[in-house]
Amino acid sequence: MNEPNKFEDIPGTYLFDRKRSREGYHLNMFCMSLMKPENREAFLADEKVYLDKFPMTNEQRQTVLERDWLGMIQMGGNIYYTSKLGATLGHSFQYLAGSMSGMAQEDYAEMMKAGGRPIEGNRSKSGGK
Amino acid sequence: MARLIAGLATSHVPAIGAAVDLGKTQNDYWKPLFDGYEPARKWLSEVNPDVVILVYNDHASAFSLEIIPTFAIGVADEFPPADEGWGPRPVPVVKGHAELAWHLSESLILDEFDITIVNEMPVDHGLTVPLSITCGEPDEWPFQVIPLAVNVIQYPPPTGKRCFDLGRSIREAIATYEEDLKVVIFGTGGMSHQLHGERAGVTNREWDAKFLDGLTRDPMGLTKIPFLEYVREAGAEGIEMVMWLIMRGALDDQVNEIYRHYHVPASNTSTGLIILENEGT
Repeated sequence: MNEPNKFEDIPGTYLFDRKRSREGYHLNMFCMSLMKPENREAFLADEKVYLDKFPMTNEQRQTVLERDWLGMIQMGGNIYYTSKLGATLGHSFQYLAGSMSGMAQEDYAEMMKAGGRPIEGNRSKSGGK
Repeated sequence: MARLIAGLATSHVPAIGAAVDLGKTQNDYWKPLFDGYEPARKWLSEVNPDVVILVYNDHASAFSLEIIPTFAIGVADEFPPADEGWGPRPVPVVKGHAELAWHLSESLILDEFDITIVNEMPVDHGLTVPLSITCGEPDEWPFQVIPLAVNVIQYPPPTGKRCFDLGRSIREAIATYEEDLKVVIFGTGGMSHQLHGERAGVTNREWDAKFLDGLTRDPMGLTKIPFLEYVREAGAEGIEMVMWLIMRGALDDQVNEIYRHYHVPASNTSTGLIILENEGT
């Protein structure tokens, strides 16, 4: 009944499946902790100390410290969680989306105003459609 | 008896809520979108429902990866706006309808939809933005709201068919509720959008138009769309549109399309709004 790996054929898309959910659990729960103002303050006061409370991998921790938004997603982060880190740092969804797709926020915003990223050419890696 | 008279579907983009909260709805960027909401506001104020069943997804606010209910219904008297990382939205507390919510829970479970019952549930932009879109900025929301949260974040979300069938069961449950109530159901989320990865920002105007057409005329056709097609054609986060099928399932087979509005973009998202009335209401 599962739909295995056909998703990997969709370019630039990271299905939040069981594998990513398990891999990213502690990274995502770190982001979730930023829902509370006192935790946001503690994180901003000393990021490394705060991050040590969460048993994520060093690579995941590094993506947070380096604001590597795409790297977080590639290591199991989910956008609805990583966007809480974004909010803590004063970033909008558009900023994050621009960063993940390798565009300046202004260029990304202009692309959206012009109708968004076209679906043509973005459906399939193998089919090239 | 309670009567379900209409359904409304709308996107629930957080930036739309921010535009309302920051007084930006009339600037060049937002005005075309908000102008399109005016007829929906007028319609809703004329319909003047007692209760809105609001189908939405929680975006890691009330729930997290700790617990992932596929379907969850809020049975409390009140639901506070959630702090999503920048403080709660400055909108009224959402008043529930506990009696009807409990009746729905019992009916759905006895009808074999094993829904999660929730007493404590802050509600995030997924629920409050549709209220802002349809009601503006009142001191209190003009109706009671029953939140129905659907998991569309962790794979797998419920199928479109399962959502549609849940709507069918909601319709039956409302029809057996004795109090004389006027009920409207909202489906929210969508339309085509992707918020993550290198493909962020993808939109698909043609697919969205077909979905809106199908919602009115061929909802059974829409129930056959597989998860993979939503992701490929409507963007990974476009899967939210299965929640529109809960709304549609709750309505009669034949409906009248009252209004439709479509606009790209709101921040990262293609936005749509549609109003469907049961015939004879």
